[in-house]
Formats: sequence, structure tokens, C-alpha cells
Amino acid sequence: MVRLEEWRGKEIFRRYGLPLPKGVLVRSREELDRALDAGTVPFPCVVKAQVLAGGRGKGGAVRFAETPAAVREAVGSLLGTAFKGEKVSAVLLEEKLAIARELYLSVTLDRSRRLPLLMASASGGMEVETLPDEAIEKVWVHPMVGLVGYERRKVARTLSLPGPAQADLEKTLDRLWRIFREEDAELVEINPLALVGEHLIALDAKVVVEDDALFRHPEYEGLQGELTALEEKAHEKGIAFVEIGGDIGVIANGAGLTMATLDVLLQEGGKPGVFLDLGGTDDPRKVAEAFLLMTEAHPKVVFVNIFGGVTRCDTVAKGLLEAMAQAPPRFPLVARIRGNNEKEGVAILKEGGVGSYTDLAESVRHVVALEEGRERAPPLSAARSGGAP
Amino acid sequence: MSVLVGEETRVVVQGITGHQGTLHTRGMLAFGTKVVAGVTPGRGGGTVEGVPVFDAVEDAVRVTGANASCIFVPAPFAKDALFEAVDAGVPLAVIITEHIPFHDMLDMLYYARAQGTRIIGPNCPGLASPGKAKVGILPNVIFRPGRVGVVSRSGTLTYEMVNSVSEAGFGQSTCIGLGGDPVNGTTFVDALELFQKDAGTDAIVLVGEIGGVAEEEAAEFIEAKVTKPVVGYIAGRSAPPGKRMGHAGAIITRGRGTAESKVQALTKAGVRMARFPYEIPDRVREAVATLGGR
Repeated sequence: MVRLEEWRGKEIFRRYGLPLPKGVLVRSREELDRALDAGTVPFPCVVKAQVLAGGRGKGGAVRFAETPAAVREAVGSLLGTAFKGEKVSAVLLEEKLAIARELYLSVTLDRSRRLPLLMASASGGMEVETLPDEAIEKVWVHPMVGLVGYERRKVARTLSLPGPAQADLEKTLDRLWRIFREEDAELVEINPLALVGEHLIALDAKVVVEDDALFRHPEYEGLQGELTALEEKAHEKGIAFVEIGGDIGVIANGAGLTMATLDVLLQEGGKPGVFLDLGGTDDPRKVAEAFLLMTEAHPKVVFVNIFGGVTRCDTVAKGLLEAMAQAPPRFPLVARIRGNNEKEGVAILKEGGVGSYTDLAESVRHVVALEEGRERAPPLSAARSGGAP
Repeated sequence: MSVLVGEETRVVVQGITGHQGTLHTRGMLAFGTKVVAGVTPGRGGGTVEGVPVFDAVEDAVRVTGANASCIFVPAPFAKDALFEAVDAGVPLAVIITEHIPFHDMLDMLYYARAQGTRIIGPNCPGLASPGKAKVGILPNVIFRPGRVGVVSRSGTLTYEMVNSVSEAGFGQSTCIGLGGDPVNGTTFVDALELFQKDAGTDAIVLVGEIGGVAEEEAAEFIEAKVTKPVVGYIAGRSAPPGKRMGHAGAIITRGRGTAESKVQALTKAGVRMARFPYEIPDRVREAVATLGGR
């Protein structure tokens, strides 16, 4: 998923005509000076660090300033610092409004009903998941029909707004729905949606775009973020790679099998550290690339658990040996390969000096023994060079 | 007996001239499936693996009587491919393609449903009734004909399970891979309902994963409607917790969706749970033993 920072979300809101506070985005002190000179900084001012983490208000990442000097001070104390581990590289300066009420609106996908879900609450501005169910109006919207009249009336009753704001709500609901569908959003959330005087204004914007729809939205490409350097490298090669900080490197194929492998490893007392899901491939080079990536993560032991379907066992075996020839690993390797072309795969590995298991529990116990140093295996490169001239 | 696919199944492969389409057409034919047609727009008139290729699904159906489609078309074009299959009157569409945006899938699901087409998938391995027909990419070697129904959200893990069940001497009536996407054409509940009605299925194996609430819903359905013994496994008991998505996700699931909640719900519904993949054959043996001599 691509989570967009508030300012990007608000750019989308602006494009769809949702009412927003006046404001300006600055990425440096120089930009701030220019904005102050141009008079685009509104006063009194809300200074908001642009990070994805929640709890910005409580955590000091949202400040208030009445004067240019105070804005400079607030921006200076936020830009370039880290908030909950995220670097603040932009700050949004918005007008401080007199808020009469704070409401909540969102549209997301309800996977269980397989329908988009519109949620509305008269108690916005806080952690909505802490509200009781009865405080949240839920409307499941048919994707091919869209929001219909009675559904809008239901939301309006829940929010009980004054006259002019009711007309605003109609438009807001329409636009929210259109953003959800047209921007391929997993989530569009306005929290809070503020009642200011007799009108509605979106004070915050949370938009999450679906990864799989990025082919329609190249502008969000590269915003996934939050990947380690190795994860990034894997992502580019189309390999799912997750680092969680233990000793055992796991190469498996398919999310389900990868998770099941993890379950068994932990059960046997192992500390899995890196996971690599090959997915389906019939290219030995992809297997080799995956193995080389794994080498870079410096695991203590590597466990390869493959069930051959689309990915055939002989392909995996060839890829593994190719990678080991390129970069002789300094760790022991335990392989368990089953399924399509199992015999061929096992034979290829054996020829390359790598033994393999068929039984999952047995192979995992061996992996954990190697990790804990209870068993020793000759380094694979040695085993391999033993047979080579 | 079996569910959804059988001797009467006649498959049209959409995207047959692509690498995956051709590879798995060969696999389906080797399984004994009647693959009667392929479709790739602009490539009509040729053959792939001896199967005639058409420009449009409509033509393929008219000429060959195809009644199931297997879709390998890349994600950006998958919605169009599905609409074409539905409009040609194909009652079963198995979508192998991964990375289809869920917004597309919403349109696909409700259009197909309104026109009477069942979707399996997307992002799924398909389904197979051993000895009869396979529509999809499941490996042929793992199956043996029999009376256990298997339904799963995983791909490879399903193969592992089916293989171990086969090795333990239990064959399958039908094995259905639902796919793990947020919006699925067919759910656990749909599959359980089919297996419960199928005279050729004695026991059911359900393989779930963490995330979503499909397994919890399956548990409710099993408790209310399923009289056949069910064996279950949930993968991901120890997976690191994912990042939560805004506030909305938390409101919907309200603490459901974890491995613990799924295992608990299924156990309460009387499902025999395996803690690890290799315990499945034993649970199946116990489940079949309760049937007494059938």
C-alpha cells in the first residue's frame, strides 16, 4: 500500500474540490522565508510535520504560531528531525480555524462483505476505533451503483448538521466516494472534518493507494517507503523479502508456505531473521539472485523450503548451485525440496554437494541445531570444492 | 462426484499464447482436462499445444462449447477479459492473474454475479477434481482421486497439504484454491456449502491464513450448516504483526483476523485443527475414522 502524507492527500482533495484550510507547504527554511515574504503563510498558523505516523498532536509534531518569528521557530524545530523514526522533510502551514465540531468520514474496503464501507461519526478528531459501535454510522456501498439518496440521508442524520453544512456534506460524500474509486484508494479518511461556522472543512487527509493499481497512477510510484536497503533491492527484482532480525535465513515459495515454515521454525526454538518468498518462477537466474540477496543479509544458517508447483525443484536446485558457484556462502545450508521434478532437484543438489530432506519437521530440527551450534556442518563451499578439480 | 469441475468441464484458456498460458495449457491437458479452446485477441486461427486459438471468447464458446474459462491475462487487462467471458455466457471463470486492483475486482465480482458466472480467484492456483479435470496451475503429481474436499487461500501450502494427504492414502474429490486477494470471487463459505452438498465428498480440509475474517466466517458456517467432519490449519501463527492501515481497518476487524481468533473460532465449531502442516494427514485419518465404514 502507498500511504500518502497529509499534503499529498490534500492535493487530491483539492483536485476533487473538497474544502480545505488555506495553507502552504515548506521543505526548507529558504522556502519558509519566501512564503513569509509572499504573504502565503496564514496567521494564526498551525504548523504540521508531514509524517505518516499517527499521534502527531500529542507527540508535538503539530504546533501553533501567532507570529512569523514563532512560525520560524516551530518550523526550525521540526524540519530535519525525526518523529517516531520518520524524518520530517516537509511542514504544512495552515490557517488556524475556529472549530465548532469535529466529525469523522471515511471510505474503505470491507473485505469480509466484499463491499466498500462508508463510515461516519459525529465524534471525530480522536482515535475512532476507540468509539463504541453505535457512535459510528456504517453504510456498505454497492460499487457499481454508488452512494444513493437514502444512504446520504442516513449519514446526514448521524452528523446532524446545520442547513448550509448539509449541502456541503452532500458534496463531500460524493467527492470522497469518487476519490475512493477513481484514485484506487484502499482508504480515504477525513479526520477531523471540521464544522467551521456553518461550513465543512477537511482539516486532515489520509489517503492510502493500492500498490496493485500503481500502473494507473505512476505519480505515486516510489512512495511505498519504509523498506530496508536489502528489501528495496529485492522489491526491484520482484522478490518478497522481509527482515525481522534473527539468525536463520528462510527461502520458501508462496506466502502460505513461508508463514508455515516460520511457524515450525519458531516451534522448534529457531530464530528466523530473513524471509524470502520466491513466488512462482521457472527461471534459475531468479533463484540465484534470491540466494545472493540472502547472502548479503549474513544469516547464520539458511533453510530452503520449496514445494515445487510452477517453480520446479530442478529449477531451484540449478539456481542454488549457480549462486553458490558465484559467491561461495560462509553459512551452512539446509534444503527441503518436494513436488514437481523432486527427484531431478535432489540429484542436482547432491551432485553439487548439498544434501536435502523431504520431511519438514526433521529438516527444521537440523536447521535449529546448526543455528545453536549443537551441530556442525562443513561450509558449503568446502563441500563443493571437495568434488571439484 | 466432485464440485465445480468434472468430466463435463470444457476449458477455454484466455491468454493461451503467453508463456504461462501455454505452459499451463500443457499441464491441464496432461491432467486429462478437456481444453477445447484458447483466446488471444489478434492471434485467432492458430493452435497452441493442439488447441485451436480464437480472437474472442464468444467465438470459442460458439465453436467448441467451452463452459469454463481459465484466465492468464495480465492484470491491467484482466477486467476486460473477465467481462468478455461473462458476456459469452461462460458459467465458471478461474482467474490465475495476480496483482489485479481490488477496485477492478469489485466490478468483476458484481458483474459476474449479476450475470450468473462464478469466479474462482483472482491470484489463485485454480481447482482440480483428480481423475477428471483441472482448471489452473496446480501441480498434477500431488493428486489422487478420492473423497476428501480441500479448500485453501494459499497456493504452495495447498500443494504441500494435498501432497501429504495423498501420501497418507486419502484422495480428493475436488481441491479449490481460493486465492489470497482482498476481494475473492469464491469464499470459504461458498466452498464449504458445495462440499457439504456433494455426495462424493466425505470430509473437508480447510487451509487458512492470518488476515481478514474469512476463516471466522467459515467457522460460523461450519457450526450452523456443515455436518461432514472438517480438518483445519491456519498459517502465520508467528508472523510479525503487520502495520495497521489508518483507523478504518481496526474498526472493521475489531480484534478478529489473528491466527488465535481463527483457531479459536474453528475449534469451537468442531473443526479438528492441525498445529503444523505435517499434522494434517493424522487429523484427516481421525476425521475419516468418525465416518464409520463408509
